Amino acid sequence: MQLIFDHINYVYSRGTAYERHALKDISFSIKKGEFIGLIGHTGSGKSTLVQHMNGLVKATSGSIYFNGDDIYASDYKLRDLRSKIGLVFQYPEHQLFETTVFKDVIFGPNNLGLDRLEAELRAYEALKMVGIGDDLLDASPFELSGGQKRRVAIAGVLAMRPEVLILDEPTAGLDPKGRDGILEQIKKLHEESGITIILVTHSMEDIANYADRIFVMNRGELVMNQPTKEVFSRYKELEQMQLAAPQVTYVMNAIKERGINVPTDVTTVAEAKAEILKLFHRMG
Amino acid sequence: MIRDITIGQYYPTDSILHRLDPRVKLVGTILFIVSLFLFHSFYGYIAVTIFLASVIKLSKVPFRFIVKGLKAVVIILLFTVFFNLFLTPGEPIFQFGIIKITDEGLRSAGFMAIRLTYLILGSSLMTFTTTPNQLTDGLERLMRPLRHIKVPVHEIAMMMSIALRFIPILLEETDKIMKAQMARGADFESGGILKRAKSMIPLLVPLFVSAFRRANDLAMAMEARCYRGGEGRTKMKPLKYSGRDYISYLVLLIYLGAVITSRMLENLL
Ligand SMILES: Nc1ncnc2c1ncn2[C@@H]1O[C@H](COP(=O)(O)OP(=O)(O)O)[C@@H](O)[C@H]1O
Ligand SMILES: [Mg+2]
Repeated sequence: MQLIFDHINYVYSRGTAYERHALKDISFSIKKGEFIGLIGHTGSGKSTLVQHMNGLVKATSGSIYFNGDDIYASDYKLRDLRSKIGLVFQYPEHQLFETTVFKDVIFGPNNLGLDRLEAELRAYEALKMVGIGDDLLDASPFELSGGQKRRVAIAGVLAMRPEVLILDEPTAGLDPKGRDGILEQIKKLHEESGITIILVTHSMEDIANYADRIFVMNRGELVMNQPTKEVFSRYKELEQMQLAAPQVTYVMNAIKERGINVPTDVTTVAEAKAEILKLFHRMG
Repeated sequence: MIRDITIGQYYPTDSILHRLDPRVKLVGTILFIVSLFLFHSFYGYIAVTIFLASVIKLSKVPFRFIVKGLKAVVIILLFTVFFNLFLTPGEPIFQFGIIKITDEGLRSAGFMAIRLTYLILGSSLMTFTTTPNQLTDGLERLMRPLRHIKVPVHEIAMMMSIALRFIPILLEETDKIMKAQMARGADFESGGILKRAKSMIPLLVPLFVSAFRRANDLAMAMEARCYRGGEGRTKMKPLKYSGRDYISYLVLLIYLGAVITSRMLENLL
């Protein structure tokens, strides 16, 4: 197990009128190389949860283990942890600050204390990975389009070469093309380098397309932790948490209700297409 | 972290103080601050301390929450104490080389520290118990007579309410950006002054950018809703004094009387 949460609780602004029990007794473990989807209604605690993973927020109670080490041990170096668990915040483009794209991306590697050549190499490589071309390296990050800014910000985290990459709603506010572009890059990265991915999103379609396993958060509790298909087969429960299954799952269920025998555990458009074609072949 | 700074925030509970008319609280705060600088004696301190303690008790804001706000200004406090302590001329009670502490210095440092602390406590108590909207309504109303001498009262009040509203937003934003940069290995805590100042750049640049963006959005939203200043504008909840407000004014008067009397007694003795 690469990352283990053991009975984690977190309370914001303890002892004031703003007190908020944001995480309630959360336990799970994640293996190296998994692709986890994290879903939940707004305010369910997703962002709080991922900020625990790299030690930015310290749990009120409970323990976290990364590669077997207790991250709350007094001699544990949280900065090392942060370089191994890369966290891309919601709206990461708001953290850009340098005069050029390249300088911004190299900020992370420089903080790791790498020598110049190595740092530059990593920054360059990360920009390539997110599809930012050489022509933009010297541009000001503030001149870029929304989607490009987002890519640069993601590169800023990738350049640290993390073992785990967490993305908090990386596609929020992007157009469909920018969205698919970023997700495809992440998928490629996952397949090629075997990096563990944790993707927070509101799009059930995205989750269905990419994740192996889904965590469902509801009011600070981890209510489901199962393979993708099993979670979406419980879509009635998801709806009660103001979530849903992918649109195609509903389509397949509707077809089935009309008395046509199709499987209803379909979650992606590609699968649905295959099933429907199969049906036509059967019917001749 | 940075969100622990509670100064200027509103603390939602239901207390007599929360229900008072904002004008009473504004006038009360000003009177309180004036009273802090009126007296020099021990008795004065007792009067002020009793007053402040009872108001804190009435406000139902937890003491811990109020004290947290003080943390943010500890540096200013220390500076004042330091200068008063070492730079006040008079009878030395302790001397070491050029460092000299005088009796007068000790006294004025102590008094100054108490005054500043009380000043901050008193004024933050106002913001704890008054929403920014109420505060500006009250201010606008109190300053209304100034319109006759062409003071843009409404505009000033609006600016103030926006500024107040932005404090928590910007604190939250600072917290977020700080975390985001820490996730990229930034270190805001260690190193000498120069290194620390430099480490602030990744925090300050995005913060400014975001402040301008927010200001721009807000201006746009106001224009879209046809905001065009105070001319002919009416209030959804016009301010109206009730019984408890008159009683509070009376209490304030008595308090002021007590402080002035103690001041006069000082002069006599
Ligand atoms: N810095 C904070 N201070 C106080 N409460 C917070 C803070 N951040 C989030 N919360 C509260 O904690 C809960 C979980 O928030 P969050 O983790 O951001 O949810 P999500 O990312 O799922 O939308 C929410 O109710 C939110 O209001
Ligand atoms: Mg969130």
